Amino acid sequence: MSTATTHDEHHDHGAPSGLMRWITTTNHKDIGTLYLWFAFIMLLIGGAMAMVIRAELFQPGLQVVDPHFFNTMTTMHGLIMVFGAIMPGMVGLANWQIPLMIGAPDMALPRMNNWSFWILPFAGTMLLSTLFMEGGGPAFGWTFYAPLSTTFAPASTDFFIFAVHMLGFSSIMGSINIIATVLNMRAPGMTLMKMPLFVWTWFITAFLLIAVMPVLAGAVTMMLTDRNFGTSFFSAAGGGDPVLFQHVFWFFGHPEVYIMILPAFGVISEIIPTFARKKLFGYSSMVYATASIAFLSFIVYAHHMFTTGMPVAGELYFMYATIMIAVPTAVKVFNWTATMWKGSMTFETPMLWAIAFVFLFTIGGFTGLMMGIAPADMQYHDTYFIVAHFHYVLVTGALFAMIGAFYYWMPKWSGHMVSERLGKIHFWWSVISVNVLFFPQHFIGLAGMPRRIPDYSLQFADWNMVSSLGGFAFGLAQVFFLFIIIKTIRGGKAATSQVWEGAHGLEWTVPSPAPYHTFETAPEVR
Amino acid sequence: MSSSNGGYYLPAPSHWPIVGSLGMFLLLFGFASYLHGSTSLIMIAGAAIIIVMLFGWFGTVINESLAGKYNNQVDVSFRMGMAWFIFSEVMFFAAFFGALFYARMYSVPWLGGASNNVMTNELLWPTFEAIWPTNGPAAVGGEYHPMGAWGIPAINTLILLSSGVTVTWAHWGLKKDDRTQLILGLMATVALGFLFLGLQAYEYHHAYTEMNLKLSTGMYGTTFFMLTGFHGLHVTLGATMLFVILIRSMKGHFTEEHHFAFEAVAWYWHFVDVVWLGLFVFVYWLV
Ligand code: HEM
Ligand SMILES: [Cu+2]
Repeated sequence: MSTATTHDEHHDHGAPSGLMRWITTTNHKDIGTLYLWFAFIMLLIGGAMAMVIRAELFQPGLQVVDPHFFNTMTTMHGLIMVFGAIMPGMVGLANWQIPLMIGAPDMALPRMNNWSFWILPFAGTMLLSTLFMEGGGPAFGWTFYAPLSTTFAPASTDFFIFAVHMLGFSSIMGSINIIATVLNMRAPGMTLMKMPLFVWTWFITAFLLIAVMPVLAGAVTMMLTDRNFGTSFFSAAGGGDPVLFQHVFWFFGHPEVYIMILPAFGVISEIIPTFARKKLFGYSSMVYATASIAFLSFIVYAHHMFTTGMPVAGELYFMYATIMIAVPTAVKVFNWTATMWKGSMTFETPMLWAIAFVFLFTIGGFTGLMMGIAPADMQYHDTYFIVAHFHYVLVTGALFAMIGAFYYWMPKWSGHMVSERLGKIHFWWSVISVNVLFFPQHFIGLAGMPRRIPDYSLQFADWNMVSSLGGFAFGLAQVFFLFIIIKTIRGGKAATSQVWEGAHGLEWTVPSPAPYHTFETAPEVR
Repeated sequence: MSSSNGGYYLPAPSHWPIVGSLGMFLLLFGFASYLHGSTSLIMIAGAAIIIVMLFGWFGTVINESLAGKYNNQVDVSFRMGMAWFIFSEVMFFAAFFGALFYARMYSVPWLGGASNNVMTNELLWPTFEAIWPTNGPAAVGGEYHPMGAWGIPAINTLILLSSGVTVTWAHWGLKKDDRTQLILGLMATVALGFLFLGLQAYEYHHAYTEMNLKLSTGMYGTTFFMLTGFHGLHVTLGATMLFVILIRSMKGHFTEEHHFAFEAVAWYWHFVDVVWLGLFVFVYWLV
């Protein structure tokens, strides 16, 4: 295998500048930046929707928005956060970091890489445009169950369907690129079992994506034909079944939650060893745990459907299978803890986010276990308890990991250290408010408050108000984050190549900011 | 960096992806608008832009390939890309096969009172018999005839299987630099592909006009037309790609060692073939 790189002749001279540079770029760093900005903008838009939700729920009764719009907000908030913020954000990290971490000159298929990104703004536009259509936007929840999304849904649903098609197409191309890059572009000596864990987790995530995004495309295609062309997939009258939708959706949906969390596991596994100044404890068990979580994620999906009247054998099987996922997950938490054990720890901002991740993600894991118990889930299902569960794993899990990744790698990307003072303010502000926001939702959920409802019984009033206050504070904290990002791009203490004292790995051998082209001659890895 | 051709080729900035995204947006936005009574022009414009993009993008790739810019490592990236793309297509079909199996094994028997659903059946539709093929308790779409396996479908099976042979024969020709064998083999494959499509079109016409079997004929019509329809779409795509490869072969492209485009399309063709076998067994035969 050759280790040099050939560029197209017009590459360095006469490369487009200004806006055209970003539109036509085939450079993994440019594309990574685009992904990250897109994700952040979507985070703010989705966050604004969450503020509407929390404003309406501040007090019982209907005050701020009408119920249909409230439902539109919960729907769009979920869709935008999952498909617009978390997933593209993780792909942005992959684009920036994977080539740097394995010593590759770029992603394997750079032109396709550009396409994977540039589909997103169009898909996002299509999705958001539904808000302004006659009949309102989709209002059936981010899980779009039939027949709510077929027989009873507004016309804009068809635009939503095609937006999902586009997002899926983008994800599939993005994952193909990651698989080809990891398998084919590693520097000599970078064996699979020497790869940084972030690369491993993304590599495995890419397989999950390729396996389930086409199934999601199938699900929305069935919706499309049921809505417009008279098919009977989800209609019992014709021999179909609305519950079939849930099977197809969750076959995608459960792996999807791991798609959002596995790269986060990777980020945490990079940050903790750096600031504990110790090698990651149990590297190979981390790899195997990731792989087994990925495998198990295909065979547990019906734990989302315990209340649909599945045969008892199904309930039992999916219950045991679900609980089994706790084993590899616990292996991970154990390894992170063991890495910190007797380490020379320092608590720079990235480390704070990582430690918060370990604690708070684990809370989400535990509530997951509670809901994995089929008979208990009859009570938890579709209450605020599950809302609390998945916000602990997604906000204090996936999102915290991404924010931690920003603080960790931003010096490499921009050449500027992020202000520790501002970063710590951002951290404490977020970590306190996020718990004020989501922890009370466990209580109101256990007390019986259903999710996706704009009004509620008086007994839930106090904790809802607390939760809303936490929500507004957390939302504001992310606006403060925007300020930190812009400030860091514009200036700051110059970063060294190694950036962090305890950092190891190829990305820390190139200068900060990383030059436009890196590893054009592959490094030797020993 | 104009090092020798030994290096991994990194392409220059390209405008084709953004053109493709725009085309895709217009096609799908236009289609959704069309479904709700708007003009079909946006959709057509989108399709046209996508076609321009495909010519432009693949044209660039072919020129780069002919200029010898792709080394073996690039070739491996392309192979992985195609292989995993085909895997994603397999999963797309799996969703629809899954729907078929779910209906046949679970939801239809349940509608007929199986498992703990006795009272549903007794109270709501006591006369419904849960036998596949079915268009459901409401007999959606009315009386119909199911499609048999041993007429056109069996012939189509033979056609596709032979086309798998002819494309392999063409590949052998290419590998020993026998251009006549390559071109004849490809011509035969393309011809068989379009013959398959012609027969399927005839079968659809027959189903709609004489058998009252339609897309809207309950779950049977739904799964029948969605599965065979998406397969037909893939045959169309595959045959079109084979046609492009044929033209390129006639222009003298490809060498004995370097002909990834040929192989990629051949893989795709075999994939379409295998899907058909699944369809033949589970959609046509075992009813
Ligand atoms: C220890 C691991 C986990 C277990 C045992 C678990 C279990 C469950 C169960 C049983 C439900 C369904 C509750 C119901 O609808 O009644 C659920 C919902 C959910 N989980 Fe988890 N979970 C785990 C980890 C995660 C992770 C890591 C994520 C994402 C990063 C996640 C995201 C979600 C989401 C988004 C939902 C809600 C879906 C909806 O909107 O209905 N979970 N989980
Ligand atoms: Cu799940």
